[in-house]
Order: sequence, then C-alpha cells, then structure tokens
Amino acid sequence: MPGSIRDKVAIVGMGCTRFGELWDKGPTDLIVEAVNEALTDAGVELKDIQAVWGGTLFSGTGGRTVSEALRLQYVPVTRVENACGSGHEAVRGASYAVAAGIYDICLAVGYEKLKDEGMGGLPGMENRTNTHYQSSMPGVFAMMATRYFHRYGLSPEEGKKMLGKISVKSHKNGAMNPKAHLRREITLEQVLGAPIIAWPLGLFDCCGVSDGAAAAVIVRADMVKKFHNKPVYVKALQISASPTTGRMLTSYDYTHVEEAHRAGIAAYKEAGITNPRQEISMAEVHDCFSITEAVTMEDLQFSPRGRVKEDIDAGTFELGGSLPVQPDGGLKCFGHPIGASGIRMLYEPWLQFQGRAGKRQIKDPKLALAHNMGNEPYAPVVSVCIVGL
Amino acid sequence: MVGITSYGAYIPWHRMKREDCVKAWGGFAMPGERAVAYYDEDSVSMAVEAALDCLTGVDAKKVDGLFFATTSSPYKEKQCSALIAVPLDMRSDIRTADITTSLRAGTSALMLAADTVKSGSAHSLLVAAADMRLGAPAGMGEQQMGDGGVALLVGKDHMIAEILGTYSTSDELAATWRSEEDKFVRAGEDRFVMDEGYSKWVPEAIGGVLKKCGLTPKDITKVTLDPPGDPRRHGKAITQAGFEAGQMQDPYGLVLNVGLPGCATSLMMLVAALEDAKPGDRILVVGSGNGADAMILQVTDAIGKLGERRGIKKNVASKQVMANYNDYLRWRELVPQEAARRPDKQHIRFSANWRERKQLLGLWGVKCRRCGTPQYDNGAATTGPIRICAQCQAQDDFDDYNFVRRKAKVFSYTQDNLAAVTDPPASVVLIEFEGGGRAFFDLTDRDPAKVEVGMPVEMTFRKLQYDRGLTNYFWKARPVR
Repeated sequence: MPGSIRDKVAIVGMGCTRFGELWDKGPTDLIVEAVNEALTDAGVELKDIQAVWGGTLFSGTGGRTVSEALRLQYVPVTRVENACGSGHEAVRGASYAVAAGIYDICLAVGYEKLKDEGMGGLPGMENRTNTHYQSSMPGVFAMMATRYFHRYGLSPEEGKKMLGKISVKSHKNGAMNPKAHLRREITLEQVLGAPIIAWPLGLFDCCGVSDGAAAAVIVRADMVKKFHNKPVYVKALQISASPTTGRMLTSYDYTHVEEAHRAGIAAYKEAGITNPRQEISMAEVHDCFSITEAVTMEDLQFSPRGRVKEDIDAGTFELGGSLPVQPDGGLKCFGHPIGASGIRMLYEPWLQFQGRAGKRQIKDPKLALAHNMGNEPYAPVVSVCIVGL
Repeated sequence: MVGITSYGAYIPWHRMKREDCVKAWGGFAMPGERAVAYYDEDSVSMAVEAALDCLTGVDAKKVDGLFFATTSSPYKEKQCSALIAVPLDMRSDIRTADITTSLRAGTSALMLAADTVKSGSAHSLLVAAADMRLGAPAGMGEQQMGDGGVALLVGKDHMIAEILGTYSTSDELAATWRSEEDKFVRAGEDRFVMDEGYSKWVPEAIGGVLKKCGLTPKDITKVTLDPPGDPRRHGKAITQAGFEAGQMQDPYGLVLNVGLPGCATSLMMLVAALEDAKPGDRILVVGSGNGADAMILQVTDAIGKLGERRGIKKNVASKQVMANYNDYLRWRELVPQEAARRPDKQHIRFSANWRERKQLLGLWGVKCRRCGTPQYDNGAATTGPIRICAQCQAQDDFDDYNFVRRKAKVFSYTQDNLAAVTDPPASVVLIEFEGGGRAFFDLTDRDPAKVEVGMPVEMTFRKLQYDRGLTNYFWKARPVR
C-alpha cells in the first residue's frame, strides 16, 4: 500500500517575486528575492536549510544554479524538471524528503528567466525535432477548444464567449494583485475583439510569458510550533504522467485532460475529500489558456462534463462565487515563469490562509487546490496539490 | 519489346495569373496562368507525387529502379532518386540515378530506362521527371516556366504503349543555362537559339526516328514535343518536319494552364496524349536541349485497362488561383523578409532522420498484432520508433502499416498565427485515418476559411525544413484534390 503525505509536512513560510517582463533582473535576482522573502516569512536563515529542490525548465543546469545564486555552503540541491509542472515537482521532492525523516527543514524554489530570449514564446518547446508539424503551444490547446465547441454544439461565438468570461474573471482578480504581470481589468468585448493567436484562441485566451521565482519553506509537521505563521499542511501531492497516446488513438476525445482527471481523483483520495466542489475553498489551476481552465473545471469534478459553461455563466469561479478559481489572476495575469508557476500557485493559498490576501481575501478558507500541468493536453504531466489548515 | 506500362503526373494546386506578374513589374503578359509549386514543394516532392500517381495499383516492390530527371535538383551533390524511392516503398536492391542539367533529361531518362529494360538488366524501371525552374523576376521566363512532374513506368509486361524506336542527336549550343553561381535560368538571344537550336534539332530528330522505324509523318497520330518559350515556334518545327497541324499534341493546354515544367514538359505532353489515345495510335515524343531525343510509341489494347489516376487532366482542373504575385516572391524566398520573432527551429538531426527514414519518408506506422490498432507517432518527446502498443501495451509485437494512400478526416484543427511558417496561418490538423490511427499533421494546399471538423483529407509528400543545406521531407495532409 502506498503511503500518504497528508498532514506529514507543513509550509511555514513562502516568498514570490513580482512576475513580469523583468528586463532588469537575472535568474540570480529572482532566486535571491523569492528565497529571502520565504526565509524572512518563516523566520529562518539560509544556514537552517538542510536541502533544496529547485524547479526550472530552461534557466541554468543542475542544482548549481540555485547553490550559486544563494552561495549555499555545500548543502544538497536537486534540480527537477517536469515541463511547466516543474514547480510542483520541487515541492514534491522537498516534501517527500522531509516526510521520509531525512531532513527537518527544506526549501523548494521554482524559477524561470524567459525574457532573455529576445522574442516571444518558449525556447525549445516548438518545432522540436520529433514534432513534424508546425504548431505553436497556443495551437495545440486551440485544437482542444475547436473540439470542445464541436462536441458540445457551441457556435464559435458561443464558445469564444464562454472562454472570454474566464479571462475577464482572471484579469479582474489580477488587477488586485500587486505582484501580477498583467494588472488591467478587461471587458468581454475586448476579449472577443482581440487578435486571433491560434484560432479559436485570441490574445486574451493566452497567459503571459514572464520572469519570476517563488519559494516555500517546508518542515516536519511536528515542528510547526517553532514557527510563528499559521502552518499550512500538505494534504495531497499527486502526479500523473501521460502515456501520450491521445494523439495516436481515436478513443481520446480532446475535450478533457485524462491526467488531470486521474491526478484529481488520487489527490482527493489522499486528502480524504469526497465532494471537491463543496470542500475545496479555492483553486489555482494551470490556466495556460482559457480552454485549459474550462476543461480543468470538469476534470477536477468542479463542474459536470460538458457543463462548465453553466458555472462560468453563474459566476461560480469568480472571487465572490462559491468556488473561487485563480483569485491571484492565475497564469493568465500573474504570469507564467515556467518553473515558478507551480509554487506561485501555492503562494496565493498561503496568503489566503494567513489572511494576507488584501482585496482578494476569501472568507475562512479551509482547503486549497493547486493544479500544475506540463506539456500538451494529450500528452501532459499533471500534478494536483492540496493544502489546508 | 519494351514500353510504357503506367503513367502519372503532378501539377501543383496553386496557379498564378501571368497578368499578376505584369501588375507587379509592368511589361507584356502572356495569356493564361502558370502552376506554382507551394513553398513546401520542390522537384523531389513533385516527383514523389507524380510517381505515386503512376504507381496506383502497382506493387512498387516489383519495380527494379528509379531514374529521376530534373534541372532543379535541391542538391548539387547527393542523390535524390534514392530518397524518392523511400516514400514510394521501393526495394533497396534497385538501380537509382539522377539524370540532370538538361532540358531533355526527361526523355533521356526514359530512353535509358527503356534500354536498361531491353537489355535485361531490369524487369521494370520507374522514370520520374519534375522541375521547378526559376526565371528572374520581371522576365518572360518567370511567366513561361511552370512547375510540375510526371512519371512513367517502363517494362515489358502489360505495356500500354510499346516503344518502336528512338533517335538522338547532340549539339553544343548555349540555349539556356544556369551556372554554379546562378539562381535564375539564363537564355541566349531568342532568334539565335530558335534558328540554330530548336528549329534544327527537332526536325532532325523527328526525321531520324521516322526513318529508323520505317514510318512517315502520316503514320503518326500525335507528335508530343516540348514547346519553346515562344510556342509559335513549336507548330513551325512540327510542320517543317512534314506534319499537319492536327497531328500536333496541342501545347496550349500546358502552356496556358501550367507553363513549361522544364525537363518534365514533353513527357507531360506524352501523358496528355496517352489520356486521349486509342489502341493502335502512334505517338512521336521529342525532348530537346543540346540536341534532341525522339521516340515513337505505339499504343496497345492495354491502355483501356489502366486504372483511375490523376494524370494531367484532373491535375489541371484542380487548382487555386493565387491572390497576388507577392505570394510567389515569398514562397520562392526571392525577397528578404523579416524573420518571425519566435524561437529558432532546432537543427535537423541527421542520424535520427536516417534511423527513422521509413517512418518519416515512408509514413510507415505499425499495427499491433495483439489488439489490431494501427498507430503512427508524430510528436514524441524523443525520437521513435513505437516499441510499446499505445492501446494494449504489448511490446514489439507489430506489423508494419503504411498510411500513405489512406484517406482521413479532420478531427480537430487550428489556424495558428503564431507559428513561424512561410504562408501563415499554420493550418494544423489532427486527423483520423480510415481503418484507424490518428496523428497531427500540417495541412497544406488549403483555404484556411474552408477548414472544418470532418473535412476529408489525403496525404502528400512535402518539404518540411531546410537546415545547413539539407532538406527535410515529410508528409502533410491536404484537402482531397
């Protein structure tokens, strides 16, 4: 029988840089700033950290990138990479090491410096040697929207409107977040009138490409009394890697992400959650594109299959709704520095649990879900992490 | 006895109105339009398409070789026929050769193939001729030339047209040429070239082959002869050789709709003649360039049994007129353009491409022996092949399964404005094959506004990437032509 991480480790401090096109900051700046905030928040010093897990897709190689930035004095640093899900992977490594009793206090840090490439997009993610078609990342997610509209009988106008409302909601939240990359409210008309990036997805259906870093101090659950913050326990850490057969087998419908669905089921089981829509107080999901958030609501059982539109129209996922999603603006507005995103998704619950979320504060949150996804919808690695008091 | 046992042709979907050249540059417009190979086509890809048409209903494993004729090879060094043989699924113990640098390379290749079969060195040989010549912008060559390909299968059994005799001449005269440094075709002064070249070569070769076969002009049903840039000279050369105008395979079908596809021209006219031929007809074929090749064929009863194919007629009829001349400049990369601000493409990995040549060039997938699921993998995180069944996870228990001629339908699509492609948007489709299997492909030869879920598509062989002098070929989907 596999064991469970539930309540074995707790987060006692977190940090996160402002996300954005940070032309004047390098990877070292980002790592130092996020880690400083996390250490100060937890009330510990760098020398107290016994081991580090660093998550990044492109920035530097090996654990050395972190140890060099922080001038760590010969402690173990493991660099992990799970595409856009690298942030959660760092948390997983640190949490499991603490839970195993090997270390008392570990640091997870996710970081990405994307805006030194001189152009948009992600280096090495498109036009890969073994991908013999010429689609951008928006393109492969756009095909999920095409299929979703087709399957559920939505006209392009209806479909784009449904997706547009998702982005309007995230921009509304992001505008209230001082650390977010994109901090402007937008209207549905703006979304629908924006240039098409990859049909049917337009500019506002796509998340930002950003620089940033985020960090968490993770300790054994029986140590939490030594720290002044309200401890946030890890309730579930589940990850599902795709056999990537969706692009080869006609059985895959391209209107859901099987790995998200399975990671969700496993995480709910680990956390002892039977009715996620009722029990989850808030969620940060991997909304790289509006369509991704839409199907994720169904994959995580927040909405019935094919019916997320009803919840979007009803405002269920808005800040004042019954299940706020992306209260910090999500990837859409907070931005998406690849390796940092998974930890950024835990930063917002952290603030919410501490009562430090300002205008975005949700009343009395109990459980928060973070959903971190790497690669294409038919071939992803999806992680679901649930944290709570 | 040796002859032609099958034929096929390929003409690009895109056509440019010649008046569009004049709109761009001024000057005099020839009537009609010309075929323009899309940005993802070249003489190799067009040869593959023509050869696939020719091999309709033929077991390619029984063909003993391939001669590829062109004046516009993508390589100065590297054999193309060996590459072309892979998508055609030919054996490896075959004779391959590229016959190049002459406008009569097509007829020369056909004669070489015929003589090789006749000698007993091969049972059957495939001849594929394709050209995509470049005339300098604003010149008449740009209007006169066209892009296209043709393929003929040469053998002894089931001949549709028997070769009665051949005759060749050789003459040193610089009519058209392209040096090591030239991008565009150069030509000598037209009257000099016509008077001392074409107008002498053609009648001489015709007279020679008639005499050799013991025939006179009245014994010939059609003369198929590649017209020069000025097609009036074409009729003159034929009448000069003693023929009536009605015996001429009308060049205007090709000139007005396709243009002159270099060394494929006279063989394409031969295919056009065969499409209308009756048993017993005699066709005289001439290819010219530094002398001429002439050949007389006699059509047999088997012509009626040749199965459906695209040939010339269907290819001519299936077209899309280009919106403007600018597209031509862009597709041929004749004007420097600002590069897309997207991450660079990764380099071609030579050894990986070699390892996967059957999957990539041949579009071979697998079919699981346990669960029967056909599979093709495009877009893996690392290079193939498929070792574990996607459906039932059985290991290494597959039969080879080819997707080249399978019909498919669009399951989903996007029109991607972000991807750095020559003719945006990048139309990308996830398609499902009849009989099973699904994969992503670029959609080419498409009108983006007409792409929809459920649209029928077929596979076509195209260029995918050019890197360090090497061209990467692969398959794309296209709306059924």
